Amino acid sequence: MEKTLIGKKLGMSQIFDEKGRVTPVTVIQAGPCVVLEKKTVEKHGYSAVQLGFGERKAKNVSKAVKGHCKQAGLEDNLPQKIKEFRLNADCEMAPGAKIDASAFSAGDFVDISGTMKGRGFQGVVKRYNFRGGRYSHGGGWKRKPGSIGQCEFPARVYKGKKMPGQMGNVKRTIQNLLVVKVSVEDDIICVKGAVPGPKGGFVSINAAKKK
Amino acid sequence: MANIMDKINSEQCGDIPEFNIGDTVTVHTKIIEGETERIQAFKGIVIARSGLGIQETFTVRRVAFGNGMERVFPIHSPRVAKIEVERKGKVRRAKLYYIRDRVGKAARVKEQR
Repeated sequence: MEKTLIGKKLGMSQIFDEKGRVTPVTVIQAGPCVVLEKKTVEKHGYSAVQLGFGERKAKNVSKAVKGHCKQAGLEDNLPQKIKEFRLNADCEMAPGAKIDASAFSAGDFVDISGTMKGRGFQGVVKRYNFRGGRYSHGGGWKRKPGSIGQCEFPARVYKGKKMPGQMGNVKRTIQNLLVVKVSVEDDIICVKGAVPGPKGGFVSINAAKKK
Repeated sequence: MANIMDKINSEQCGDIPEFNIGDTVTVHTKIIEGETERIQAFKGIVIARSGLGIQETFTVRRVAFGNGMERVFPIHSPRVAKIEVERKGKVRRAKLYYIRDRVGKAARVKEQR
């Protein structure tokens, strides 16, 4: 079975192991997901599967999406979230097939992507943990970035210089998270550590790339 | 969403005897030394409880050989084998941190009758 799922972050908790040690975990509702479409190199130029997750009332779904889901045999349980995952060409998922939490088991490592909580336009102290200036002893500057470069040479600001700007609300992937617990009847996966995004946010779960 | 979180948390919560701040309790903890396992008792006054559900912890303070000693136990930890309530205390605070500054007779807690 392909190890890829769409999930929903439910929140954080903790789990005691047999020795009484505490593991902080993020609880994720993982799947069940339905394969809506399979993309192939011959037809689309790349290979991937399109998965659907969650439920949405039929009246809230556009006709275009309804028609697309119909091809996979979905008439009423329309997905809330549709997402595509790149997979190898030899993947054996046919449209209409289901993937659930049983694709993973305790002890696996996963990569989890989600959209970070947005923090808005932030200064360098919050955004990049710059130290800022002294508030006392005649400080003179407080939360400013300070110097952003040198002098006549190079006479420009280097690319990638850390400056104030939008913080958060971007996709982030956390790699190599340990799966601590899987409950197939509740469609729950518990992974060690934190996961990007708010409670109720959508995340995509993949088998770890670097393990 | 909340129901599943409750389920995950309550699955791990065992039966905990009722005890309050100011009570004198004996906490029996399992100690693992290599292969063997033994039970150690720690008796003292509960000076704080914090957190909710599976994350709840309580702080027990005792004075041993003239030195104050505090231990924080996760209330639902499998290492906490048993909690015995020895004496009910009568207190007017949720956190008895003031006891840390007191020595001898002043560090007592009234008994609830």
